[in-house]
Amino acid sequence: MCDINRRQQDTEDVFTLDIAPPPGYPGFAPGQFNMLYVPGVGEAAISISGDPQDSYRLLHTIRAVGDVTAQLRNKDGRSHVGVRGPFGKPWPIEAARGRDLVIVAGGIGIAPLRPVLYTVLSDRAAYGNVHLLYGARTPRDILYQDELMQWHRQGEISTTITVDAAKPSWKGDVGVVTRYIGRVRVDPENTVAMICGPEIMMRYTAGELLLKGIPMRQIHVSMERHMKCAAALCGHCQFGPYFVCRDGPVFRYSDVAPLMSTAEF
Amino acid sequence: MIHWTAEQLDAFVQHLHAESYEVIGPVIRDGAVTYDAMEELPVGYGDEQEAGRYRLTRRGDLSRFGYNLGPSTWKQFLSPPSETLFHVREDLIHPVVPEATKRAFIGVRACEMAAIEVQDRVFLQGDYREHRYEQRRQQLFIVAVNCSQAAATCFCTANNDGPAVRSGADLVLTEVNPAQPWYLVEAKSDLAKALVSKVGGSPATDEQLDQAHAAVEAAAGQISRQLPRAGLREALFEALEHSHWDAVANRCLSCGNCTQVCPTCFCFTTREEADLMNDEVSHRRVWDSCFTEMHSYTTGGPIHRKTRSRYRQWLTHKLASWEDQFGVSGCTGCGRCISWCPVGIDLTEEVQILRKTK
Ligand SMILES: Cc1cc2nc3c(=O)[nH]c(=O)nc-3n(C[C@H](O)[C@H](O)[C@H](O)COP(=O)(O)OP(=O)(O)OC[C@H]3O[C@@H](n4cnc5c(N)ncnc54)[C@H](O)[C@@H]3O)c2cc1C
Ligand code: SF4
Ligand code: SF4
Repeated sequence: MCDINRRQQDTEDVFTLDIAPPPGYPGFAPGQFNMLYVPGVGEAAISISGDPQDSYRLLHTIRAVGDVTAQLRNKDGRSHVGVRGPFGKPWPIEAARGRDLVIVAGGIGIAPLRPVLYTVLSDRAAYGNVHLLYGARTPRDILYQDELMQWHRQGEISTTITVDAAKPSWKGDVGVVTRYIGRVRVDPENTVAMICGPEIMMRYTAGELLLKGIPMRQIHVSMERHMKCAAALCGHCQFGPYFVCRDGPVFRYSDVAPLMSTAEF
Repeated sequence: MIHWTAEQLDAFVQHLHAESYEVIGPVIRDGAVTYDAMEELPVGYGDEQEAGRYRLTRRGDLSRFGYNLGPSTWKQFLSPPSETLFHVREDLIHPVVPEATKRAFIGVRACEMAAIEVQDRVFLQGDYREHRYEQRRQQLFIVAVNCSQAAATCFCTANNDGPAVRSGADLVLTEVNPAQPWYLVEAKSDLAKALVSKVGGSPATDEQLDQAHAAVEAAAGQISRQLPRAGLREALFEALEHSHWDAVANRCLSCGNCTQVCPTCFCFTTREEADLMNDEVSHRRVWDSCFTEMHSYTTGGPIHRKTRSRYRQWLTHKLASWEDQFGVSGCTGCGRCISWCPVGIDLTEEVQILRKTK
């Protein structure tokens, strides 16, 4: 069981747990996840949302939606949680070096993408244009806002944040993220795209990026399925020929597009 | 190869007991042949099976293996339906060490041996090995049986998984002449040779070898159901939107019986149990089924909402994506899911329709 260094409330239903890595933890790559365990309640798959180069803390940004996540929310500096990981295939950061990068996030989907941003920023010159499109429900649901806007102002990552609905006082963009894909200025053939959000949002976004001329093989999505073990043993995340925990969660869109467009598969 | 009388076979079972094996094999219970800890082999039982039907019969002979398959599977002992993996006390995890008993399975059929080898791939050949399964597997002595008769639901020949045992067993028996049975005994492992030598027996004659061979051939000849494998994977992936899934769903109760009796189905879920008196939590692993609502549940509801999607998930995994994941089919043709489906859904028929029409 691991110590919780810190807990921070990000929005009304989202919080970030900073957890001390278990002994021998090998570090993680952007897009990988841990299984967090609350004794007596259960385990949940949670992406690691911090900086991969910081080996002292594992950040997890969590939306409280059910039993385990609600209990995690009650944790503080005196509590412990079980940590198994890291699991899963990461985002293809190496493939993005020397190329333009488009990152599209919906809701909590920004969490597994933040480690990509940290990695890019640690060697910004190695990448071409980097765009972030991020859609949240309302202005109050925007995660990591100060950080993202700072990177935007510094000209490191050109960022569009849009919300589904807002009061008139909101001066920013409104509507689904796909509406703003026109703002993305990249050399399509030479671009890597990473998308994480609800499945329907990922399909529409991928569709728009294809129209823009980004090859299907260079578009990546992060899939979500029920998970119990994360070790390709429990059978829950079975997805066509894949186990999402082992062969994903990050997939090339070209490998999963037909499966994603089959309803309830 | 050795020739045993029925008495010598019975003596062999007793010898395993004497060597302190936990002997697991056929036990007649609740009108069926089930597998459990046993003293001696039941004599003269058979079964009649059809889609949605199983009946235990008395054969009126002295056969030890005159039945085919009941609802039990050997997976019950290698990855039990429910087991505690660890306890948590004062935020410390205390693993539960699995039992270290040496075990013998008696009466493993070819299709079942193939199924154990399928589960070996699932649990032992990935990035994460299932240590409990591995330990139980290493402590296991397998006495397999070539079938001398087939049930109407059997179709092991479809994938060459039976009726003759292909590999994996320590000892392989063939029962010949059920009225007054004798056994052809093939000891495959050194341990089997050592154990067999304790019972004796006579070297099998050429004529006896021929008779045993003919008995297994006869079983193969009784098999009528088919599930042709060539092109099956591609055909099923092309049929994901076939209207027949709806027709099956109209009959399917989503009860999950097929996944419980299938010897290769391996899905499990976890349960937490709090013992408030002792301030202790137990973490259990229990069998799950892709026919339950929770199996595919994510925030917002199950991915496989309709019965149609659940049956499609089960069948395409079993017969198609299993090959991608484990390099073999997930079906060894035992026919259990056909017999134990309360409404008699028969995968061999469903596949035929899915392949033929749109
Ligand atoms: C690879 C991956 C990465 C994830 N990363 C994050 C993240 O960074 N932040 C975050 O807030 N959430 C993340 N999730 C979703 C998170 O796992 C679920 O919200 C969580 O399991 C819900 O558990 P619960 O007990 O609170 O909810 P309940 O509704 O009580 O869940 C019951 C059970 O259903 C399963 N389940 C429910 N929802 C999901 C789901 N969406 N995905 C998988 N299993 C589910 C779990 O096994 C859970 O034990 C991720 C999911 C996956 C698969
Ligand atoms: S399917 Fe084949 S191996 Fe299995 S019980 Fe029937 S005849 Fe024997
Ligand atoms: S799918 Fe049916 S016939 Fe095939 S191995 Fe499983 S229970 Fe037996």
